Amino acid sequence: MSFFDMFKSRAATAPVARERLQILLAHERMTLGPKNLIAILRDEILATVAKHIDIAPDALKITMGQHGSVSTLEIDVELPTEKIAPARHMPMRATA
Amino acid sequence: MSKVVVVTSGKGGVGKTTSTAAIGAALARTGKRVCVVDFDVGLRNLDLVMGAERRVVYDLINVANGDAKLTQALIRDKRVETLSLLAASQTRDKDALTEEGVARVIEELRGLFDYVLCDSPAGIERGALLAMRFADEAIVVTNPEVSSVRDSDRIIGLLDSRTLRAEQGQRMEKQLLLTRFDAARASRGEMLSVADVLDILSIPLMGIIPESEDILRASNLGAPITINGSTSQAGRAYEDAARRLMGESVPMLIPGEKKSLLTRILGRRAA
Repeated sequence: MSFFDMFKSRAATAPVARERLQILLAHERMTLGPKNLIAILRDEILATVAKHIDIAPDALKITMGQHGSVSTLEIDVELPTEKIAPARHMPMRATA
Repeated sequence: MSKVVVVTSGKGGVGKTTSTAAIGAALARTGKRVCVVDFDVGLRNLDLVMGAERRVVYDLINVANGDAKLTQALIRDKRVETLSLLAASQTRDKDALTEEGVARVIEELRGLFDYVLCDSPAGIERGALLAMRFADEAIVVTNPEVSSVRDSDRIIGLLDSRTLRAEQGQRMEKQLLLTRFDAARASRGEMLSVADVLDILSIPLMGIIPESEDILRASNLGAPITINGSTSQAGRAYEDAARRLMGESVPMLIPGEKKSLLTRILGRRAA
């Protein structure tokens, strides 16, 4: 320990904790959580649809199923009829 | 409309039971009809924290198995009349819980209460899975500490895959309740900061509960910290969290941002 170390407060360990967690969880999410995929898909699809159409979060349903040797991904979006404008004659609203 | 909320964490000892009691009492004091349900079969403690340990006659398992009526098992709080408790069984284990039984109890509770708070046991086994199974939303209780954050991440994955809502393709709303937070240590870089934890878990923040002596005092007395309209910092933090659960927007105060010497001398206003 050098002389100056005596005046330094104890080393900050939180950044180390943060980095270790980020590395560990990136790995664990890959191996443990393919089931998480549905939640991720739902959030991203919802965000994409919501960019153009005003829909409630509950209006989107995603289910993954298995029929024999085929896996299916079912995406069910309930749209409010009055919110869908005839797109052709209207300039597209560009929202990010 | 009735809301079923699971209070969960994966790791034990982070404050699930304390938080269930405190948020339950805070909600009930606003006039909402609230039932707190202990799912920790075999290791029940919500009754103790609520100060009702000597009033338990029937429990969750009795009702789930049809051996007692729900109304017989519900324990009405003596201080806040809209608050009730459904205790866990102390003499059984988690295998005594069946999905059908829990479904029936939750359904019946929905008819009687505005909020049903399910206090999950630690772990990711049967008891924890059944506590979250029928929930509409989740409160994920996390300490700013590596093992708690890791376990919370695992629980978030389970909430997104093993709940009824998730299986039906609906969104499971999850909110983070950061407990035992020590602002001074976080500002010195000795503890994960609020931003760190939010960044890693990426779910919305419901509240920050500071580390506080008052919490232990409250459990010693069997009186949830919010039961009398709390004057303590931790109690107020729980009250704010409860209001956010009701959908109100309450500004989030991140306790004790590092103050310079000058502001400490000049501005001794209470935060």
